Amino acid sequence: MSVFINKDTRLLVQGITGRDGSFHTKQMIAYGTQVVAGVTPGKGGQRFEEKVPVFNTVAEAVAATKPNASVIYVPAALAASAVFEVADAGIPLIICITEGLAVLDMTKVMPYIRERGIRLIGPNCPGLISPGQSKVGIIPGNICTPGKIGVVSRSGTLTYEIIHQLTGNALGQSSCVGIGGDPIIGTNFIDCLQAFEGDPATDAIVMIGEIGGTDEQQAAEFVKAKVKKPVIGFIAGQTAPPGRRMGHAGAIISGASGTAADKMKALADAGISVMKRPADVVPLLQERM
Amino acid sequence: MNLHEYQARDILKKAGIPMPEGAVASTPAEVRAIAQHLGGTVVVKAQVHAGGRGKAGGVKLAKTPQEAEQVASKILGMQIKGLTVEKVLVVPAADIASESYVGFIVDRATQRPVLMVSAAGGVDIEEVAAKTPEKIHRLPVDPRYGLLPHQAQGLAFHLYKDVTQVRQAADLMRRLYDVVYAVGASLAEINPLVTTPDGKVQALDAKIVVDDNELDRHPEIAALRDAASEAPSEVQAREAGLTFIKLDGSVGCCVNGAGLAMATMDLVKYYGGEPANFLDIGGSSNPQKVVNALRIITSDPNVKAILFNIFGGITRCDDVANGIVQATSAFPLKVPMVIRLTGTNEKEAMEILKKAGYSAGTDMDDAVKAAVAQATGRAA
Repeated sequence: MSVFINKDTRLLVQGITGRDGSFHTKQMIAYGTQVVAGVTPGKGGQRFEEKVPVFNTVAEAVAATKPNASVIYVPAALAASAVFEVADAGIPLIICITEGLAVLDMTKVMPYIRERGIRLIGPNCPGLISPGQSKVGIIPGNICTPGKIGVVSRSGTLTYEIIHQLTGNALGQSSCVGIGGDPIIGTNFIDCLQAFEGDPATDAIVMIGEIGGTDEQQAAEFVKAKVKKPVIGFIAGQTAPPGRRMGHAGAIISGASGTAADKMKALADAGISVMKRPADVVPLLQERM
Repeated sequence: MNLHEYQARDILKKAGIPMPEGAVASTPAEVRAIAQHLGGTVVVKAQVHAGGRGKAGGVKLAKTPQEAEQVASKILGMQIKGLTVEKVLVVPAADIASESYVGFIVDRATQRPVLMVSAAGGVDIEEVAAKTPEKIHRLPVDPRYGLLPHQAQGLAFHLYKDVTQVRQAADLMRRLYDVVYAVGASLAEINPLVTTPDGKVQALDAKIVVDDNELDRHPEIAALRDAASEAPSEVQAREAGLTFIKLDGSVGCCVNGAGLAMATMDLVKYYGGEPANFLDIGGSSNPQKVVNALRIITSDPNVKAILFNIFGGITRCDDVANGIVQATSAFPLKVPMVIRLTGTNEKEAMEILKKAGYSAGTDMDDAVKAAVAQATGRAA
């Protein structure tokens, strides 16, 4: 078992012929992900790597190949439109890797996917991997190994660092989910904590947060109330300078709650073991399991 | 991207939001001419991207055109939080009956633009929010329908009793909402919103922050960028496609990814050092980006050691290694460098570095300890 994706995931790739899309599709296929179709407008009828059929529209791809998840690698200017298109086609899981979406576009994307009951992961995220089963996105497969730890993170390369520490100490992973660092994201810490809590293949959870916003504090409340599995947490940005001020409104809406110290305290208060540095993940997990 | 007050005023004015007359100037003589045209007492306001302009002496009243010229000659060229004042805004001094606050911000929690209003506007609005949050009224707006007339009117009744003023304020809120989407703002605020002696509702000061991700599709807004008002090293980094924030320490950090960059800075501190900067070279970095990054880091005289921490994913370690070799042959380093590389094409990178006479490790803690030792002169 795992969360969100597994060996039965049938993946559509939007932007399969682009520079990033083609590179990472090859990597996903090599890892064993079932890539069933790709979409690039104007390239319908071609085959990617002589194998995966390419379509002009998502609707055609869905009708012909029945995917149940889609990953988006299209350029930033087209990414919101790509989410709308795949949501219209009724695919229940969308992973948006693309970075640079306008936050106001996301204010329109979110109600659209919510009212259709669709899960969006990202945007601006590394995607996810269920080691040994499937990978969707850009997390390097070779640093992961199958096991019992669930990982959820707002970061990209920092996630790789933590996974690297786990794998190097024989602590395999059930799934690793990069939720992305943008202000508005489709799937948050709480969604992932809930999924890992309900996943019989996950014994413990590592959550990696950073400064800004209050998602980690809300996640800590959720852990306190609903999560029985051990949770280990990290917050990046303890030495970051106080953020660039955004007029008065930023301070009015969030107060001073976005600092690393506030977040680490909220995590500790909820019974989460807090790492001081990435290498602490191993001893803390060993202590809690 | 921050807009200057005078730029935000222009945008709001074009959107039909009432505000006093005024003009921007870059010389004392221009200020005198504007004051003459406006007549009466004027306010001369420094246009820099820094809060607390008034407290720093960048906002002054002047009763006559002569005084306006004198005041302007002091404000123009002055430094506020390290930024030189190049322009001032000249507006008539307002006879203020009341000060309110009206602002939109895109809110992470509700995932919507949130309209916030308060009858207790002015410079102390943040204190009002912290101490008496009940005085701030909020409304998350559903972007599918926009700010509806009755919603705006309901909030406006928190600001004014007179229904004519309520209608004016509601109209202004709806226009401000339209500005948010029209320019791609992540923040748009009017503080204070005032009433004039004859009862008209007017915006006295405006602030707009534009989402950087919107600039490609709003070239007219992107053209408003005032590079002179930003730190030169940060302008240089942005033009090179890097994210850079200068700090005061001695360990120059060059990392791929914002989260790992912050975690690296934290680890520098953990081992007793101080980071000199935040620098994210981003994904799929080509060697040239690394060359630019090293150029920026080494231009800081406080840097006593350079630390590379690269976890290859999209970023290929061999690209980074090639960048290091190119940079150091173009401008030899005067300080020691510690390199940590792991992930995609790690082996190739190690070969490239070895040929050029550098060594590199694969462990983050070891590299940070070594860099801190080099920078502080203490043993690792």
